[in-house]
Amino acid sequence: MSLAESFVRARSKFFPDHLIGEILTKRWSDNAVPFAALIMVVVVFGALNPNMFSAYGLFDLAGQVAEYGLMAIALTVVMIAGGIDLSIGSVFALCALTMLTGMNVYNLPMSVAVAMTLAVGGLCGAVNGLLIGYMRLRAFLTTLVTLIMFRSIYELIMPNFATKIVLGFPDSKVWNELGLGSLFGLPYAVFVAIIIAIVWHIILSRSRPGWQMAAVGGSRRSAFNAGIKVRRVVFMTYVYSGLMVAIAAILYGARLNGLGTDTGIGLEISVLTAVVLGGTTLGGGRGSVAKAMMGAVIVLILQNGLLQMGLLGTTSAMVLGMVLIFGVWLDVRWLKNRHKLLNSSYVSPAYLKLPEDAPDPDKGGVYAVNDLLSTSQPLAIGDVEGPEDVAIDKDGNLYSGSRHGNIHRWLAPDYTKHEIFAHIGGGTYGMNFDKDGNLCVCVGGMGLYMVTPDREVVKLTDETNRSRWSIIDDSRLRLADDLDIAPDGRIFFSEATYRYSVHDWQVDMLEARGNGRIICYDPRDKSTKTVLGNRIFPNGIVCLPDGESLLFCETWACRLMRFWYDGPNKGKVEAVISNLPGYPDNINRASDGNIWLCLIGMRAPVLDLAMTRPGFRRRMTRRVAPANWLYPNINMGCLVKITPEGEVLEAYWDKDCVNHPMPTSCKEDRGHLFIGGVSNNRIGKWPVPGANPEWSEHTKWATYGRAAATKTSEKKA
Amino acid sequence: MTGNNSSTAAQTPAATEVASPSKGRRPWYTRMTQESIVLLLATIMFIGFSISLNNFFTSGNVITLLRSVSVLGMLGLGMAITVIGRGVDLTMVATMVVGIVWALKLHDAGLSFNMALLAACGFAIVVGLIIGIIVAFAEIPAVFTTLALGPVIFGIGNFAFFTEDTHNAPTDVEWLRNLGFDRILGVPVSLYIFALLAVLVWGFLRFTRAGRSVYAIGDNMLAARHTGFPVRPLIVSKYVISALIAVIVGLIVVATNSGINTRLVNTTLVYDVLLVVVLGGIGLSGGRGGVRNVIVGTLFVGVLLNGMTILNLSYTTQNFIKSLVMLIALIAETLLNPRDEQTSQSGDI
Repeated sequence: MSLAESFVRARSKFFPDHLIGEILTKRWSDNAVPFAALIMVVVVFGALNPNMFSAYGLFDLAGQVAEYGLMAIALTVVMIAGGIDLSIGSVFALCALTMLTGMNVYNLPMSVAVAMTLAVGGLCGAVNGLLIGYMRLRAFLTTLVTLIMFRSIYELIMPNFATKIVLGFPDSKVWNELGLGSLFGLPYAVFVAIIIAIVWHIILSRSRPGWQMAAVGGSRRSAFNAGIKVRRVVFMTYVYSGLMVAIAAILYGARLNGLGTDTGIGLEISVLTAVVLGGTTLGGGRGSVAKAMMGAVIVLILQNGLLQMGLLGTTSAMVLGMVLIFGVWLDVRWLKNRHKLLNSSYVSPAYLKLPEDAPDPDKGGVYAVNDLLSTSQPLAIGDVEGPEDVAIDKDGNLYSGSRHGNIHRWLAPDYTKHEIFAHIGGGTYGMNFDKDGNLCVCVGGMGLYMVTPDREVVKLTDETNRSRWSIIDDSRLRLADDLDIAPDGRIFFSEATYRYSVHDWQVDMLEARGNGRIICYDPRDKSTKTVLGNRIFPNGIVCLPDGESLLFCETWACRLMRFWYDGPNKGKVEAVISNLPGYPDNINRASDGNIWLCLIGMRAPVLDLAMTRPGFRRRMTRRVAPANWLYPNINMGCLVKITPEGEVLEAYWDKDCVNHPMPTSCKEDRGHLFIGGVSNNRIGKWPVPGANPEWSEHTKWATYGRAAATKTSEKKA
Repeated sequence: MTGNNSSTAAQTPAATEVASPSKGRRPWYTRMTQESIVLLLATIMFIGFSISLNNFFTSGNVITLLRSVSVLGMLGLGMAITVIGRGVDLTMVATMVVGIVWALKLHDAGLSFNMALLAACGFAIVVGLIIGIIVAFAEIPAVFTTLALGPVIFGIGNFAFFTEDTHNAPTDVEWLRNLGFDRILGVPVSLYIFALLAVLVWGFLRFTRAGRSVYAIGDNMLAARHTGFPVRPLIVSKYVISALIAVIVGLIVVATNSGINTRLVNTTLVYDVLLVVVLGGIGLSGGRGGVRNVIVGTLFVGVLLNGMTILNLSYTTQNFIKSLVMLIALIAETLLNPRDEQTSQSGDI
């Protein structure tokens, strides 16, 4: 291996390319830009005005952040549902006026004043909500008008109370404490705001009302058609917004204990800037409390910083306006191009060197191309599409999966009578009967299922333990592929890849990264656990009768492996055959104690070379249309019989591609081999020369019993 | 089948009425458009004010009314072009003030007034280009872009040109004074300019290819784009036109008032202009309306504002009443052009 190749190999092994794409699939990756902006603003203004982050500066800033953050959340809630609320500045002023008039002029108890303020805020919100939610007015212009309207109401009332508010002294300990007291050096308002923010975070991200808001904002029509009461949801967002603004106004009143003609003026623009900078989308469907808070802190620091630098109010508004436009621009572009970025960076090929000593079928030997499979009898032509795997029950009836998510059954002995045995819903792959006659099935995109003899469909598992540092959620099962049942009843199944869904399974080949794993489902305690990770498209599985090891194929790595899940060698993985000439799919038991192995396609030198050039494959996936990518040959393969130790005995081909050019699975039963193919429309029945006519998959349970008995007696001896 | 249908229709008179609205058998009140309703209201209000207010129907007041109407109407014409093309321009007042104040400053500094005006037009073109490019290429909603850019434009002016609130008109420019105070046949010149501009905009929207394209874009932007209209350049030019109109209006304001107050930006003038457009019946979803609607809207808003001023209502009360009227206009607009859940677009705020 040349030095350059070693470098390529090390790079693809240690440099986590695939994480970039995975991070982009996460919703929280949206927050990266605002977060960077936040850090930048803190550093720049912290350096310019050291006072800002002194104890007093922080106290003052924290109080403002609390009010600002609440208003940002208010606007976020409205915007997530696809609206906008420009009247918040005026509502804020009205609420502050209500609160201070209640406390300072009429000396009401604080609870009454708070209730009144909330009522005013809620009422203003309800006016907006009624107009926009129920009457379907345009949010932007409507709230622009109510902004003027509420403002004029404020300006009509305010002069009557202004002096009295300044002169009044409310006699409430809580009120004074709320304004001036502190806990851990921060005003109480901060803690109020934090609690409310947490509540909203839970509502928005983890509750039905929050999801409904996001649904309405994301696609109003779909939300309506899905039965969500769109108008009421929109109405409620404005009411919530009014209430939140009222709370912010209460905190403001407690902090400053006064108000002026300019209270709340221009607030709508700066809060909008905050929300948009945080990454909440104008137009709905996307937003969070974290985004709102980040934006609020950025804008506040920016505003205070500019003020302390001695800039005029209008100049500061100008800067804010530019920041706002820039923020929206960034957001619009990000939303538009994110999926492109994701598409071009998700596929991250790794280095894979396939052994060069693989036998060439064209040169004779055990793999020599022949016509042996052409004598098979095609069953079920046209009844089934894509029977990836087949199974035969105790009575000899034939079962198979299909592309449509059905389990089909053909009745013995001639397999002409056909019925849908059960409907599961996902593409059905590997299947096997357990000891009690239940049919266990791997379902793509869904997980591991079981169909009882009474046709009841039972979900066994659809998630496994999440690995500690995974970025995409690898606990969901995306492509469960084949399964086998160990002598003790545990079900071992392979998940081919957790980075791609069923439809893109070939793309995983271009990556050839260890995206797959072997998972164990234990029916005794119904637990699911990943027992072996980091495998290159693990596919077929056969549990060996020793009760402590299994064989599995790694399709893109062209090898057959043995894995010990129990016993003294527990955890050991060993290559049984490492130089297969093709891509192995399912493996199954033969009656003579050997193993049937299906090759779905043969290797080709060009692709083998490409596998050692991750950079080439990456460029290909970025610059060439997917239809023109290099893909493995998965058109023509063969059946191979091997010993459990790895000796290749014979290959069975369908040279003329009449019935089974691409077998994905086969099951031996009472002297015949039943052959399935994932892109085939038939199942093959082929008489196995020299097979034991008594043997079936079900007889293995008896031999397992014997093996277990001898094992215990050995232990006793 | 057809014969059968028509015979059924003939048997039931109600069905005929619904089936053929063009034959004019519907009652007159259902045939009224928003435009005619507003025109009627404006007339009623005018007559009402004339009877009830002593100072309303005097020649002095009517001329004041027409002057203020012409300013409102010209801004409305610019706004109408953007709204018909499914946009809106809330920066018009800021552009107007900053552009014309810059011209006045340049003239003070020694430049000839004509050159200064050219410079102001250049400023307007730059502003229009920036807005247009942000709306058309960055695809940020127009209403949002212009709302955010308003303070930016004003901030630039405040930072660079404004030394005091009021900037006086130059005394040495003869034609400016004529523009402001001359009358032809007893009607102020500014009204003729409004009429001229109205004819120009009408001709533009009606007869030029670009004008027709504005309707196409407003009606269905995606379809217009797929059909091959140069959608983005058209959007940009739309905002350049409205900014240029804004500067022309600024000139009229300077001429008629012998100066301009920069605090105009902080008033609700731009919303009055929007009120003119919406009340006149130009749908905010674009693609509908024309110059006639602007004139009707202008008459209504002009009479309303003038009447309220004569009634000596405070600025705040006026704002409150205006916002109420605007809200009613928006509700009427929504009722006349209903949007339902199946046809409304997401992200259309």
